[in-house]
Amino acid sequence: MHRKRERDVVTPEPFRGPAKVVVRDLNFFYGKVQALHNISLEIPERIVMAFIGPSGCGKSTFLRTLNRMNDVIPATRVAGHISIDDRDIYAPGTDVVELRRRVGMVFQKSNPFPKSIFDNVAYGLRINRITNDRHELANRVEEALKDAALWNEVKDRLKTSALSLSGGQQQRLCIARALAIRPEVLLMDEPASALDPIATSKIEELIFDLKKQYTIVIVTHNMQQAARVSDTTAFFLLGKLIEVNSTEKMFTAPNEKLTEDYITGRFG
Amino acid sequence: MTGLTALCTLLAVGALLLILSYIAWQGIGSLSFQFLVESPKPVGEGGGIGNAILGSLVLLLISSVFGLPIGIAVGVYLSEVGKGRIGGVVRFIVDTLTGIPSIVTGVFVYAILVLPMKHFSAFAGGVALALIMVPIVARTTEEMLKLVPHSLREGALALGAPQWRVILGVVIPAAAPGIATGAMLAIARISGETAPLLFTAFGSRFFPTSLNEPIASLTVQIYNYAISPYDEWHAQAWAATLVLMTLVLGINIIVRFLTRKRF
Repeated sequence: MHRKRERDVVTPEPFRGPAKVVVRDLNFFYGKVQALHNISLEIPERIVMAFIGPSGCGKSTFLRTLNRMNDVIPATRVAGHISIDDRDIYAPGTDVVELRRRVGMVFQKSNPFPKSIFDNVAYGLRINRITNDRHELANRVEEALKDAALWNEVKDRLKTSALSLSGGQQQRLCIARALAIRPEVLLMDEPASALDPIATSKIEELIFDLKKQYTIVIVTHNMQQAARVSDTTAFFLLGKLIEVNSTEKMFTAPNEKLTEDYITGRFG
Repeated sequence: MTGLTALCTLLAVGALLLILSYIAWQGIGSLSFQFLVESPKPVGEGGGIGNAILGSLVLLLISSVFGLPIGIAVGVYLSEVGKGRIGGVVRFIVDTLTGIPSIVTGVFVYAILVLPMKHFSAFAGGVALALIMVPIVARTTEEMLKLVPHSLREGALALGAPQWRVILGVVIPAAAPGIATGAMLAIARISGETAPLLFTAFGSRFFPTSLNEPIASLTVQIYNYAISPYDEWHAQAWAATLVLMTLVLGINIIVRFLTRKRF
């Protein structure tokens, strides 16, 4: 509760900063099934935008179009435009590897590699050849772990297996791993859905801190969570974007009847 | 139900223990240091199986050098790359290869290697064993790689890793203990093969000096001694069997140790 008041002070209203991500008329197909219909949306820089909606509404699918993670699923097709910093990410010749470096992702289920804690965080730095210097590498790993609020818990056991961490710690490790390569946009696909309330609140505090540096998009099933962490909220239903609004308005006086019905629990 | 499964388990374990103890009982009498290091001598003069032990190890080495990398690569292809129709065809071919009787493999290698070279060789024996290994290793590797959660691949891709780095740096290491177990099973399987060696490595009564000449192996030696009319050779065949089983057990333990779970 005290967090919410704090946010009211620091968050400008309305959000008319420069758009980091611009989506125009996006349609997405799994084979012949259309999962997203004519989505148009702007995501401003350095804010937290939450995607809410019932299961299967396409919010995760949409999130995954932003770093082209859907490319790895066979028989999928994208139509429309998505640009990040005015660069069309689906243009022919786009370097997907470079895109994913700029647009980091944290998944619903924590997925640490079966390697040491250090090697997990260093993975992105190593494969992207960001640094070969050992000190620099150690510094970047430490910094990422501090940003993910995990450093104090793991600093004495960086060489132990990442799988020895608790569920909440593993998820923060995955966040640290994504932060280590300093992405500009961070996509989070229900990052706290498998965690207990204490671990969840830690992740939420973290998101709140991270938006000073990153543009964050978070998919969540939990509407209280969306209300707590986000500045703007987008509501999806059956593959359509129903409403985008400031979180404040969305949860008090939404423009659309459908949004109100969903938020008040009349369906979903 | 519990009782029934326990009974069946007891039967299986009991059969194994019975075989092992019978071989040990029959073979231990002829075992000695000389037996392990000497080469065979005429009946009545003792002699040993040192050349066959070395020969078997050389054959295992040759076949592993060819069979393991190819088998693992095929497994990676089946699991990570070849999806859809082509993958299905390759998988069917690999399964068919697994079912080919080993004597057929031996005759095949005889036709394509031994006949053109005009002599038996350790190399031909190793190739025949490698051909038996490849499908076993390929299928176990594929199964092990498929057990690696998809989320690990996505995690690595999301950090900007290209597919080949995801496979080499994340997927294969995560499946390494399983792949090693598959490799070990394949090695254990071929170290018991006799038929494919009869037409390829042939056998020898001397220590090997080159890969380009016939080479002794434990299994062929056991076969030759077991069908001989001499009691002394029969006893030596039992002892050689004991050595072969110990060798396979040793390989098992070493590989288990090398691939024990670190993370």
